[in-house]
Amino acid sequence: MSTRVEIHQLDAVVVGGGGSGLAAAVYLARQPNIRTGVISKLYPTRSHTGTAQGGVGAALGNCDPEGDSWEWHMFDTVKGSDYLADQDAVEVLCKEAIDLIYELEHMGLPFSRTPEGRIAQRRFGGHTVNFGEKPSRRACYAADRTGHMILQTLYQQCIKHSVEFYDEYQVIDLLVEGNRCQGVVAIEIDTGVLHVFHAKAVLFATGGWGRMFEITSNAVTLTGDAAALVWRRGLPLEDMEFFQIHPTGIYKLGILITEGVRGEGGVLRNSEGERFMERYAPTMKDLASRDVISRAIYLEIKEGRGIGGKGCVNLDATHLGREVIEEKLPDIADFCRTYIGVDPAVDPMPVQPTAHYAMGGLPTDVDGCLLADAEGTLVDGVYSSGECACVSVHGANRLGTNSLLDLIVFGRRAGLHMGAYAAAADYVPLPDDPAGRAIEQLERIRKGKGDRAAILRDEMQAVMTEHVSVFREEPGLSEAVAKVQELRERFRDVKIDDTSERFNLDILEAFELGCLLDCAYSTATAAQNRTESRGAHYREDYPKRNDEQWLKHTFQHLRNGDKVEFSYKPVTITRYQPKERVY
Amino acid sequence: MRVRFDIKRYDPEKDEAPYFQTYEVELEETDRVLDGLNEIRWRQDGTLTFRRSCEHGICGSDAMRINGRNRLACKTLIRDVGKRIRVEPILGFPVFRDLVVDQERFFENYRSVLPFLINDDPPPPRERLQSPDDRERFDDTTKCILCAACTTSCPSAWGDDSFVGPAAVVQAHRFIFDSRDQGATERLARLTARSGVWACRTVYNCTMACPRDIQVTKAIAEVKRAAILGSP
Repeated sequence: MSTRVEIHQLDAVVVGGGGSGLAAAVYLARQPNIRTGVISKLYPTRSHTGTAQGGVGAALGNCDPEGDSWEWHMFDTVKGSDYLADQDAVEVLCKEAIDLIYELEHMGLPFSRTPEGRIAQRRFGGHTVNFGEKPSRRACYAADRTGHMILQTLYQQCIKHSVEFYDEYQVIDLLVEGNRCQGVVAIEIDTGVLHVFHAKAVLFATGGWGRMFEITSNAVTLTGDAAALVWRRGLPLEDMEFFQIHPTGIYKLGILITEGVRGEGGVLRNSEGERFMERYAPTMKDLASRDVISRAIYLEIKEGRGIGGKGCVNLDATHLGREVIEEKLPDIADFCRTYIGVDPAVDPMPVQPTAHYAMGGLPTDVDGCLLADAEGTLVDGVYSSGECACVSVHGANRLGTNSLLDLIVFGRRAGLHMGAYAAAADYVPLPDDPAGRAIEQLERIRKGKGDRAAILRDEMQAVMTEHVSVFREEPGLSEAVAKVQELRERFRDVKIDDTSERFNLDILEAFELGCLLDCAYSTATAAQNRTESRGAHYREDYPKRNDEQWLKHTFQHLRNGDKVEFSYKPVTITRYQPKERVY
Repeated sequence: MRVRFDIKRYDPEKDEAPYFQTYEVELEETDRVLDGLNEIRWRQDGTLTFRRSCEHGICGSDAMRINGRNRLACKTLIRDVGKRIRVEPILGFPVFRDLVVDQERFFENYRSVLPFLINDDPPPPRERLQSPDDRERFDDTTKCILCAACTTSCPSAWGDDSFVGPAAVVQAHRFIFDSRDQGATERLARLTARSGVWACRTVYNCTMACPRDIQVTKAIAEVKRAAILGSP
């Protein structure tokens, strides 16, 4: 075991090199005298933001005769969230979207263009004209690689501003005392050396944890590291029961097929060739929100109308014509040809719902400042943004195009706020032996004699998929909680093969599994606790939304390693009172 | 079906020289080569190491030499390469361990072409306008995922450490032919130095290797022409 520990001192540390971390880094870099470092377990351009396809939402109104307004965008987002989103935060999201998209364009982002040379926009699920009248063209896109372009553009800006990167460093621990940030501990993957980053401010932007499910659109590296780290340090997680299962992943593989396919006119069909969404969502049809469509697909399959009796339905884009597909959806056409031998211009794509996005996460205010409790006490100097954060702008169900938007809007706000904070704050002294807990965790993995990580991971994914996915009910949820707790205990003796210091993927994957298990534990206990149905959280034993009892955010603290303590934060409602949600 | 993997292993802490290790894995013909590598790591030998992330050809982590050709392990199916698969690290960079190479020089070359939009005019209140035709002009090179498959398949790059390599030229192309960019002169000056585009001998390996089907050799030719004309 390496006991070498290097200590760095930086004003601000960004953990995560995806869209939100890089957005924060760009705006930190523009502030004078703030020394910033970005720690990322991947080269930043490998981050999962790069796989986002369809678009980023902003009410530019470039493509609809009615124009667009941020109020319509806000209403759609609040409705999409099943009224659980905090409306003050949604207002920030939708208002700032417009200027921020122009700013990205000025940075060089190569959006697709309208004939007039403006940023092209397409339809996407749940986005409407005039408070629900009809689908709106609000998703600004660059073919079907919008996320790739955002990630590249932000990384380019980081190069332009000479941002300091610590590439391929895995964060292991957060150092925090008395609700004040001290820094983070990370392992340099190439050498195995531990690094303590003593920092005035730390931002977590590490993405989601879709890998707790079997079928997911998420990269193998999306393991909820930040959520686990803060939870283990006695800080809360918010709304963890809400996990989005995207309706259209490639059958068996889970690779995302963008909602943009349906935005361009693609439709879902069952084994009878029926466009079944007309029955479930008469107005929005195939562009209803994701939770609604995923449930509909499962019901079609359950009632025997899956394609060939299997667990999938067809996404039909054949009528769009080859030209539209090659111009507007080239990457998904490539995925289909490569992985399943289907040419979407000729044949429909077999799809099934795929675990996609965590609505919950690290609770923050609108400047990314981490909350220590449901009363809103702040943790000074600790920030979060992007998928791992819960502001909450997505509530119980996120609309498509709002995640890329969330990344940049709240990444920018967090970057600006933490720069100002770091300029005024002093360093909080490091504890004695700052790397002690990190060393202890890694050492335990090195000495384990139990199961391999892959075995525990398979069991976790199986139970989460069976009981904590689109449909949930007792006693399945109790079974899942007990199983995940058993796996967390077995994880304490997890075994690895690799004893090398250099690029030891074995120990990293084991560490990541530990993070995933904590996320799964949090998700399953929160799902068991919420006895209503709202957005992506659907309880067969409590099929109705219950505003009287449950119009509130879940906060969970972890006590003594396994006891989950619940508290609740009221939803901020400013403009739109909850009403029944129909599409 | 039973698939045999011969994988080039090397741990500089332990091994005097690289060697091949053989594994056998049960796979479907529609599985990815990466699925095979994962199976080995997860259930047979946790010491095997490589980079991977998105698993569907977008993040650019897992470029490697598969049966002698540079490919992404996640975008290569077993049926594309058969039941005997030889896997080696991409060529031309120092090997950290097994299939993981040190890509610092690759990214240094990337940074050297000023890979960011240069335009010092005050921006308009809304977007800068760009016609669909002008946007199309550099569409192909925006697809680059910096996986290094092209650069590490290029004989000129193998033979000349100072050559920026095809990927850096692709990145330069993406800006030189962007109607909004004003940095062409500066970029072309860098690319006409000895280490620039003229080191390319038009071998087409880069185009063959690109997992995103970018016409790399064509992009380099366009940059060469711009270098001669002094502007795009």
